[in-house]
Amino acid sequence: MEAAWVALLLTLKVAGWATALNLVLGVGVGFAMARLRFPGRDLLDAVFTLPMVMPPTVLGYYLLVLIGTHSAIGSWLNHTFGIRLIFTWQGAVIAATVVAFPLVFKAARASFETVDPQLEDAARTLGLREVAVFSRVSLPLAWHGILAGLLLSFARALGEFGATLMVAGSIPGRTQTLSIAVYEAVQAGQDDTANFLVAVTSIVCIAVLLAANRLVPGRVALRD
Amino acid sequence: MIWDVDLRQALVHDHSRFELDVRFVSDASRLVLYGPSGAGKTQTLKLIVGIARPDDGRVAVAGRAMYDSASRLFLSPQERRLGYVFQDYALFPHLTVRQNIAFGLRRGLLNPSRSFAAAAVERWVEAFHLESVMGHYPHQLSGGQRQRTALARALVNEPAALLLDEPFAALDKRLRQHLRDELKELQEQLRVPLLLITHDDEDLRVLAQEVVHLHAGRVAAAPPALEAAIAE
Repeated sequence: MEAAWVALLLTLKVAGWATALNLVLGVGVGFAMARLRFPGRDLLDAVFTLPMVMPPTVLGYYLLVLIGTHSAIGSWLNHTFGIRLIFTWQGAVIAATVVAFPLVFKAARASFETVDPQLEDAARTLGLREVAVFSRVSLPLAWHGILAGLLLSFARALGEFGATLMVAGSIPGRTQTLSIAVYEAVQAGQDDTANFLVAVTSIVCIAVLLAANRLVPGRVALRD
Repeated sequence: MIWDVDLRQALVHDHSRFELDVRFVSDASRLVLYGPSGAGKTQTLKLIVGIARPDDGRVAVAGRAMYDSASRLFLSPQERRLGYVFQDYALFPHLTVRQNIAFGLRRGLLNPSRSFAAAAVERWVEAFHLESVMGHYPHQLSGGQRQRTALARALVNEPAALLLDEPFAALDKRLRQHLRDELKELQEQLRVPLLLITHDDEDLRVLAQEVVHLHAGRVAAAPPALEAAIAE
């Protein structure tokens, strides 16, 4: 059973980091896509949404090509900083981040689009710098929708299997997350371990979804 | 000159083209932009405040150049320091009345706290009788309280001029009358130049020292009835 707790902690660590990265990336890209007008915007939106519809193994393969030890980025990271992403928990974070990204990005874009641009203009006429317009008007008004997206992405990252397996493998105690441990346990005929892991995963996911449902915009009557 | 405006902007909306070409110069400390809806009044105000960008022209308010395409001058709305009251007031729905009014006083990345206190805030709260609703959110306010909150929020920043987009349109007749007198009194007291949009004859009669009549994106000659109304 101890192996199960190790896998749970690792999974929470990976999903936590992935969600933190997506908070920055998803909110940034979502805001840019909601406010900027430029040619190729629809195509870019499609590319950013791709991880939602593409098989995770295909994404994992792309990541291997992109950040693998023999790729330009991978060998640069390795030679300059001694960082290896393949078969490490950091690699699992990258995989989970990419797979869960569209959930934050989509929620952030939709939420920012509901913010009345007039309120941002009002803040400008009152002397606020652009960063402050974002942090004091746009972000607080879009926050509920973004938070719901973040929780969904956390749940998605918890259950990540395909891309993680491709990039990080299944090293017990190092890269073996819950969902991969379930697969390994079933393969090895360890039904007790599998049952336990499945129960733990289900409880965590239900808790996250309950929290996300409470935060869906519309529940909170902030706008007039 | 208090108002020196010469602006051109071509707007394309759903395949229809609207050309704004507005020129007026005035020394009136209470100037009214008058005209039917769709004449380009709100757009003119937005161009003066700097939250929309004209194609070319020139804007100077109270002797200070804000925009001049010839010398490539474009002050941001932050630098112009003009008070702007939106037609539907654009109060921040996530902030209380106190936070809304104090909004421009607090610099930095965080909003003023619910207990933010400053002499300028208290002054306008008292002047507009908003003491009892300081902790309320905009959706809990009456129309008149919203209008006063928006006005206080703009005035707290000590703007060089005050621009108002149909400030009384959302109010009932009696309240409108009352607030109209209040605004006039306020302007005389503060001596802050006022530019306001309206299509209400009564606003013209009480408030206007001069009127700019806008029609289809251009300044038109004011109908005689209008001139008579102001002269009264």
